[in-house]
Amino acid sequence: MGTAADSKKEMLALDGKDPGTVRRKLLEKYPPKIARKRDKQIVVNRIEPDGTVPEIQSNVRTVPGLISQRGCCYAGCKGVVLGPTRDIINITHGPVGCGFYSWLTRRNQTDPEASPDGHNFMPYCFTTDMQEEQIIFGGEKKLRQAIQEAFDNFAPKAIAVFSTCPVGLIGDDVHAVCRDMKEKLGINVFGFSCEGYKGVSQSAGHHIANNGIFTHVIGTDDTVRAGEFKINLLGEYNIGGDAFEIERIFDACGLTLVSTFSGNSSIDQFANAHTADLNLIMCHRSINYVAEMMEKKFGLPWIKINFIGAQATAKSLRKIAQYFDDPKLTERVEAVIAAELPTVEMAAAQVRPRTEGKKVMLFVGGSRAHHYQELFSEMGMRTLSAGYEFAHRDDYEGRRVLPDIKVDADSRNIQELEVLPDADRYRPRIDECRAGELAAQGLQFSEYDGMMTEMVQGSLIIDDISHHETERMIAMFKPDLFCAGIKEKYVIQKHGIPLKQLHSYDYGGPYAGFKGAINFYEDIDRMVSSRIWGYLKAPWQKNPELTAKYAFE
Amino acid sequence: MISSHSREAYSLGQIPITPSAMATQNGCKLCAPLGASLVFKGIRGAVPLLHGSQGCSTYIRRYLISHFREPVDIACSNFAEQTAVFGGGANLKTALENVSRQYDPALIGIATTCLSETIGDDVPMFIKEYRAGRNAATVPPMVHVSTPSYQGTHMEGFHAAVLAVVSALAHDGTAGSEQRVNIFPGMLSPADLRHLKDIVAAFGLKAMVLPDYSETLDGGLWDTYQRIPSGGTSVEDIATAGSALASIELGHTLASRTLTAASLLEERFGVRAIRIGLPIGLRQTDALMLALAEVSGRPVPPRFTEQRGRLLDSLVDGHKHVNTIRAAVYGEDDLVAGVTAFLSEIGITPVVCATGGRSRHLTAAVQALVPQKRHAHITVLEEADFAAIEAAVAAVQPDVIIGHSKGYAMSRRLSIPLVRVGFPIHDRMGGARLLHVGYEGALALSDRLANALIDQRQAASPVGYTYM
Repeated sequence: MGTAADSKKEMLALDGKDPGTVRRKLLEKYPPKIARKRDKQIVVNRIEPDGTVPEIQSNVRTVPGLISQRGCCYAGCKGVVLGPTRDIINITHGPVGCGFYSWLTRRNQTDPEASPDGHNFMPYCFTTDMQEEQIIFGGEKKLRQAIQEAFDNFAPKAIAVFSTCPVGLIGDDVHAVCRDMKEKLGINVFGFSCEGYKGVSQSAGHHIANNGIFTHVIGTDDTVRAGEFKINLLGEYNIGGDAFEIERIFDACGLTLVSTFSGNSSIDQFANAHTADLNLIMCHRSINYVAEMMEKKFGLPWIKINFIGAQATAKSLRKIAQYFDDPKLTERVEAVIAAELPTVEMAAAQVRPRTEGKKVMLFVGGSRAHHYQELFSEMGMRTLSAGYEFAHRDDYEGRRVLPDIKVDADSRNIQELEVLPDADRYRPRIDECRAGELAAQGLQFSEYDGMMTEMVQGSLIIDDISHHETERMIAMFKPDLFCAGIKEKYVIQKHGIPLKQLHSYDYGGPYAGFKGAINFYEDIDRMVSSRIWGYLKAPWQKNPELTAKYAFE
Repeated sequence: MISSHSREAYSLGQIPITPSAMATQNGCKLCAPLGASLVFKGIRGAVPLLHGSQGCSTYIRRYLISHFREPVDIACSNFAEQTAVFGGGANLKTALENVSRQYDPALIGIATTCLSETIGDDVPMFIKEYRAGRNAATVPPMVHVSTPSYQGTHMEGFHAAVLAVVSALAHDGTAGSEQRVNIFPGMLSPADLRHLKDIVAAFGLKAMVLPDYSETLDGGLWDTYQRIPSGGTSVEDIATAGSALASIELGHTLASRTLTAASLLEERFGVRAIRIGLPIGLRQTDALMLALAEVSGRPVPPRFTEQRGRLLDSLVDGHKHVNTIRAAVYGEDDLVAGVTAFLSEIGITPVVCATGGRSRHLTAAVQALVPQKRHAHITVLEEADFAAIEAAVAAVQPDVIIGHSKGYAMSRRLSIPLVRVGFPIHDRMGGARLLHVGYEGALALSDRLANALIDQRQAASPVGYTYM
């Protein structure tokens, strides 16, 4: 590395702009202490010959007063991980706002007919709606009543309770209430201490949700169901129908999907998930804890896959086939890829004349900023800069840095469960020798290489980008497309730059799998080819001399 | 006698429902800091700052944005776990410093959250400490409002913020040559605010509208970068509120409050307080016109008489479609009172009037606004959630439902058309641009109501008539 050609490429990566100047412009408005902190979260990508990338500070607390994209612990737990499961009644224990704002706002879709009882509580919003009386005298009594009422009204299989900020402060013991009610009602009732102030972002809530599902649900049903090549899909949330497309592909390949955490899911699937033979991780950030714990307790290995992007989908399917090592499966997977890929490639070729070379920035999520680069590169679009909202160093630099990650006070407060092999049910699915063979063939277990290793040298990586830095980036680079969420959408578009929401997909989707890729190409083509921005100035604003002339005549 | 219920039994699809008595199922109210943030967005150059966990500002931003489809910057003091234990003073001061540096704001509006209220942070003291070490000329004014969500809905937050801003900024000063009037419009749409300003200006009055987010939350594309979207009522204009000719505050249920912005200005500076309902429909708009005529000493401009004529003409024309119709209305107390008043003018019986609000004044407002002979047909629900509202609506099966997007599920289950008004409207375009007030607002609303009813009859017809 470091040749003249490389440095030229690096310059191109940032549109010929000097990375130092760019960084200075991003930071100049900040007081020195904050500038120093942010400086560690803004990194120019450089891949060393041994594959290592620069260290990026992440998963650290956002500076007060810097407008962040991040949400809270409750949002990650209730909104992200447990929100997409249709048949658990989720009760928000707290004042009214938190429940209201997470009331079916993420565009998670579900198919209630897939469960025999048809239960679907996702369109509902249950909350204890705490009042001053509960803040002063405690909210456990009201919580108990809320659980009883939900049970009486809906007869659900399970009820989950999510704590908001005041709950932890006033000392309500939600777990004790849940235990009591579980015993009383004879259904699964479990609680999450996911108060908003915990951790530094929604990431803490993901971890707490993972711990809770693992402790209270996974492994509670040992029924071994029929089917070959049993897999779990982890970290897929069925935004805009992504899970439906992935399920279609799995069916076509003859794979048996035992559970999805948690797009289009039922609690029954979680209970039974340990009977599968392989865990596939889509969003590493939000769900890797469950995969790790399932491996320790039940012996299921996990691999990182990605169904965003047609080539990535094909690659992921091949990895699954490689793991099961069954000629029949391999043949079917290849047949599906051969049947699907040409149509997708044709669609990409159709948009490419308009999308080739266009510049995009992605600041979103804990995996999406990485995964969506696949789709953009299939369209010939260049990622100038990217960053996550709430990811950790391993999501940027790869899991190889896990031993080096400093655990700060915020992370230490999130419990790490001690997990031991289950006395009866631990069953390693492959032995070490076979795992070694597969690794030699390129199938890595328990591995994720992170976003930076797959990005161009010289591109700019910004963790937890602030509102202020976003505006600076827009002003400096004028990208053709910006990807973030609804909070950023309208401010970016005021500048005349289209914004694609990659949390909720802007009313579109699915974007996963083969059909999803085509949807994405078409949606992005429409956005970057739109003529609307050309009308920003009225004709009389564009040519003032013309108007003046008419007036003069 | 209007029957005033809370929650009762009903059934929903396959799943039998018994009353949801203690907990809230599908709330019909939002949280207090949201209302306060909206008020601060209506002040020129202001930045709202929530003192609490960053989730509050993120959730409130994303919710306001889904309705307005505009940038909404709300800063936060980003509590950590140790902040929750040791107090948020240092975080708030850092936040104030950073907001000042990035935005150079004309005002920072600080609203508390459940978190900072529960631990009992002394925000006024933190602000004082922050200001003490700094040059007063370079530090923007800061207004603090206490908005714990366990003490009320978004409307409590809204009204508390209006009151806090006026209390902090208004002074008596000299009246000057301008004829000024303070307008406290309540929670209306940007289109409503624009229309109100036009109306007031037509009387030769200069309006101090608080809040005025008509431009900040409904603006055009930007030629050049705007750190804070343009528009809003300036701090200087708010300062003159103490020397205005009068304050007009809109909202029937404001009577339930011991102190409002208008009553404070009356007590403190002798500015006359006039309280009328939200000017929705004929009579409430008439009341506004008369109030403005009186305050300005000018006759009602002819264009409003013309607008009123067109409204009446249209009501006569559309009467056949709406007469004998029964409607359910839900939303904020004052909006429901306003819409109810209008419905009763055009021959629609408001059979269910529901709010998640807690003014406990909606029943009295409805009683005052609807002719007594109809009272027996009306159910008023206060502090209700959608479980209770749906039970009441299912029981009386009205022809049309009027309210915001959260009633869609009910409308769908009961197969009763929903005409959208108020906030939040995130499942239709233009929700934030709906006009509710004035003769023109009434005209738009009556057309939309009639058309929803015609649409349903047309769709139900096996033939497909085009003359209905």
